[in-house]
Amino acid sequence: MASVHFTPNLARHIECPAATLPAGTVAELLERYFERWPNVRGFVLDDQGEVRKHIKVLVDGRNLRDRRRLMDGLAANSEVYVFQALSGG
Amino acid sequence: MAGNLVVGTRKGVFILGRRGKEWRIEQATLLGDPVTMVLGTVDGALLIAQDMGHFGVKMKRSRDGGATWEDGAVPKYPPKPEGVEDIDPTRRTPVPWDNKRVWALEASPRSGELWCGTIPGALFRSKDGGDSWQIVDSLWNHPGRKGWFGGGADYPGIHSVLIDPRNESTIRIGVSCGGLWTSRDDGATWTLEGRGMRAAFMPPEQALDPAFQDPHRIVQCESAPDHLWIQHHNGIFKSDDGGRTCWEVQNAQPSSFGFAVAVHPDDPKTAWFVPGVKDEKRYPVDGALVVTRTRDGAESFEVLRDGLPQQHAYDIVYRHGLDIDAAGETLAFGSTTGNLWLSDDQGEHWQQLSSSLPPIYCVRFAA
Repeated sequence: MASVHFTPNLARHIECPAATLPAGTVAELLERYFERWPNVRGFVLDDQGEVRKHIKVLVDGRNLRDRRRLMDGLAANSEVYVFQALSGG
Repeated sequence: MAGNLVVGTRKGVFILGRRGKEWRIEQATLLGDPVTMVLGTVDGALLIAQDMGHFGVKMKRSRDGGATWEDGAVPKYPPKPEGVEDIDPTRRTPVPWDNKRVWALEASPRSGELWCGTIPGALFRSKDGGDSWQIVDSLWNHPGRKGWFGGGADYPGIHSVLIDPRNESTIRIGVSCGGLWTSRDDGATWTLEGRGMRAAFMPPEQALDPAFQDPHRIVQCESAPDHLWIQHHNGIFKSDDGGRTCWEVQNAQPSSFGFAVAVHPDDPKTAWFVPGVKDEKRYPVDGALVVTRTRDGAESFEVLRDGLPQQHAYDIVYRHGLDIDAAGETLAFGSTTGNLWLSDDQGEHWQQLSSSLPPIYCVRFAA
């Protein structure tokens, strides 16, 4: 089971509670999350299913490596955080 | 009589209404997020497009004049097939198949079908009031589309969508950069038109190529839709034949550079512009904000100043920042400096409705 948490700035726009779900990769984790909260998808992923340019995803404290297919593996009890990347001034 | 005035800004939507002779802001809504386009639909709803920055493009719809909003479907690009090359010809960078900005929203006047132009340059249509959107494949897959290149934005985009009110299967679009395209079969096929426009930013042998033109905004006279007015990067152009051919207006003073244009809904010879010093400077000539108007099909122009700042004004009006009401009497425009003006007499006199709004992206009358 892995947990996913979202920046409070996203909660201003859409319901996105933290959740703990069975998943072996970040892609699986988010797909399961989007089954329950489908409208969150477009805030995190672009039209091609890649992580939006200005979204930062951390897996157990490390930056997500595969931003295109999200195939980074998850351990039991992994923690995934979805934040805004700091960009601009 | 004008209805409401809807203003999309960098920090939300402002809806103004008229009480007697006075216009005032009746609602400030969706505050904090950029609103790139607004539309009053045929059935009386308000549709707006937001650019959420980190979180992408979103759409919202209100059926109660802006008091409450519901999420709408966002026009979505198709999956990009593996191996397909789609490169901006100028920058040599890949064109993302991802909605970066909603740059045009229009409604077919009779059917009420909705049309959406986006960056990168795609056209979407909705037959269900914005509950779902379908990309117009014939345009997105057109070989000519891959020749479009970014102008002011990083990627090319569709900023003008004109539905011919005589026959709604005739659709014209304006592209920065990529000229004027027409479909006469409800979007099944597309033809590059707009011969006669001139691009000074291209080498001389390519300056008249219709594919390389940068019309900043194209509008049509609703009662005589063969008459198009085009505020182009290199000046003002007019078409009398539905965009097949255009001719350049030579005599607009103090400048023919600008972004916005409005045409009278019943008189194709009457049009308004908000000029600025040409492209590399982009501020009102001598710091004096004016509107120019022709009433004789560009034979002559009047310079309208009454009520507009004539000293130290550096307002620029974006391409969707000027609108005229359905009666052809009331005009309004908003600027990058957050100033909003309105005229009830076709531009003779202007009143300032606000001097403190966020930078204004679009101004539109709605029922």
